[in-house]
Amino acid sequence: MALLQISEPGQSTAPHQHRLAAGIDLGTTNSLVASVRSGVAEALPDENGEVLLPSVVRYLPDGVVVGAAAREAASEDPHNTLVSVKRFMGRGLDDIQQRYPDTPYRFRAGESAVPRMETAAGEVSAVEVSAEILRVLRARAEKTLGGELEGVVITVPAYFDDAQRQATKDAATLAGLKVLRLLNEPTAAAVAYGLDQRAEGTVAIYDFGGGTFDISILHLNKGVFEVVATAGDTALGGDDFDQRLADWLREQAGTGAEGHHGQRREALDEARRAKEVLTTQDSVAVRVPREDGSVWEGSLTRETFEQLAAPLVERTLVSCRRALRDAGLEREDIDAVVMVGGSTRVPLVRAKVGEFFGRDPMVDIDPDRVVAVGAALQADVLVGNKSGDELLLLDVIPLSLGLETMGGLVEKIIPRNTTIPVARAQDFTTFKDGQTAMSIHVVQGERELVQDCRSLARFSLRDIPPMVAGAARIRVTFQVDADGLLSVTAREETTGAQASIAVKPSYGLSDDEVAQMLSDSMAHASEDVAARKLREQQVEAERVLEALEAALAADGEALLDAAERAAIDAAAAQLRAAMSGEDDRAIKQAIDALNAATTEFAARRMDNSIRAALAGHRVDEFD
Amino acid sequence: MAISLTDNAAERVRDFLANRGKGVGLRLGVRTSGCSGMAYVLEFADEIAPEDEVFESNGVKIIVDPKSLIYLDGTELDYGKEGLNEGFKFNNPNVRDECGCGESFTV
Repeated sequence: MALLQISEPGQSTAPHQHRLAAGIDLGTTNSLVASVRSGVAEALPDENGEVLLPSVVRYLPDGVVVGAAAREAASEDPHNTLVSVKRFMGRGLDDIQQRYPDTPYRFRAGESAVPRMETAAGEVSAVEVSAEILRVLRARAEKTLGGELEGVVITVPAYFDDAQRQATKDAATLAGLKVLRLLNEPTAAAVAYGLDQRAEGTVAIYDFGGGTFDISILHLNKGVFEVVATAGDTALGGDDFDQRLADWLREQAGTGAEGHHGQRREALDEARRAKEVLTTQDSVAVRVPREDGSVWEGSLTRETFEQLAAPLVERTLVSCRRALRDAGLEREDIDAVVMVGGSTRVPLVRAKVGEFFGRDPMVDIDPDRVVAVGAALQADVLVGNKSGDELLLLDVIPLSLGLETMGGLVEKIIPRNTTIPVARAQDFTTFKDGQTAMSIHVVQGERELVQDCRSLARFSLRDIPPMVAGAARIRVTFQVDADGLLSVTAREETTGAQASIAVKPSYGLSDDEVAQMLSDSMAHASEDVAARKLREQQVEAERVLEALEAALAADGEALLDAAERAAIDAAAAQLRAAMSGEDDRAIKQAIDALNAATTEFAARRMDNSIRAALAGHRVDEFD
Repeated sequence: MAISLTDNAAERVRDFLANRGKGVGLRLGVRTSGCSGMAYVLEFADEIAPEDEVFESNGVKIIVDPKSLIYLDGTELDYGKEGLNEGFKFNNPNVRDECGCGESFTV
């Protein structure tokens, strides 16, 4: 006998055609899956009643182990046990090695730009490892819901760029899942609390996990969530609480700073246990073995723990202040604060965050599950289990998309916070006479210069018919689908020559912390404007000099005497000197001076060409 | 005859309705489809039509349209678990045959 769920009025499905959907939180430390059944969104447990699946995959010669069993093997078999691969998603080898120099994994540059890790079961990429985690969650959901999943919503950090989003989507495809939508994690948390049902408002999502801290400020307006600001600390999490507490325990026990590995491990486990007990009790009995085999026993009060933890919590509030400043908001402007991540169970964290924002944070939904629950609610709407009046949540582009123009400047085509899906086009032209190809470099970021943004892709448009500079019309179209994935097309309008690219990871070009890009753009706004002015003048100077050289080569001998030629050469030399400097006004002045020095020459060339055009014709032909 | 809910099913329906925040009760019905001819309908009810029959069981209103009632009279709705899966079950005395999965039936 089948087990049925209650549908919304009029939404009953035919037998065997249930529209099953799930939300997946594919996390750095833990992953989980949730689904809506009979109108209730809940995280789905496995056979042992465990909801959280550690995001750890161990590769053995004869198979793959995912989850808690794999995590236990991490220290004994570090090369084959892959932990926290979310950090590597959509990143190139150089990028990974620079950011995470201490990983035990044996990286290989793959045939494509995607780096691979050597394991006992062969080489695997971060995408494949993530797919293993998704496969386990998919099997759990299908067993629980009694059928095949029609589609899933997977959450990603708000600051994930296109390459990282594409990698996440690839992992889902590899796991046999249809991705209905990628959803920003903070947006999902807001949805879980039904904040998307409000007409308008500004919410702060405080996400304090095991290894990372993120604060996101979202603005909701008519069903559209904009990420107004994000800030955080990629190296601050609940694990730091444990570490501080373990250090304190070992100090109390009088064990040396060195301590052997096992002893430190035990102190750390005891610290974690004590931390958890202290979320509900005021003190806890603790015991730590010493190296000589004896055992130290004592008591730890919540007060002591809070003294140890306070500086860490304070660091999260520094990020909160920065996010508010970037968003141009005051604390009073925040209408709701949502708590996400296991570390927000610590009473001190709740108290400090409440104090900071001047309001009680929302904590009713389990902070480990809230993101998956929000994703499940969104999946239920997207798969068609809700009646039509249900507002469909729209997401926005987190970072502006644009392309490189002359001088390493960024021309933004789609500004950040544009709702998706979206398509925008802009016309460009050639820079040189007879130019037959154009290289298109797609970048993402808020800064004015290409070198400060993240490079996403490069491609070339060829077969442009030779024309004078500025005559060709090349239309570049940026299209972003509902998952925030980008394709770019360039088309020369007179011949129809066309080239396009779907953004696939193009790695290792920018070392900027992507999460920092937004705040950087604020901090560097004025120097960026100055840099832009300088580059613009440099490009203009190049154009002027190039045109002058062409003119001198053609008519210099015929139309200029030695003194005139020397004056022009001097002005040109002065401009070349100014160009290499940093002063945009000096370049502007040199350009103006050169223009003045060549006015007479230009006038003579004009007369000359008119004479040439008229030669051999009679005046009355032109009537 | 009537239609009823087990204690377990009634408790779940009350929870689901409370969570949903609106709705007058639970609509049960049948429609023709599926591999054995008829299929069950199980939905939240936001309104009651004039011709509907309304039963009350364990504090939950059960709403059935008169055509469906012919096939459902005497049914008890239960809630149960099978492995990781859980959901509602129709114990319907009118059923002569079910398809293998029990989602559709003949009378």
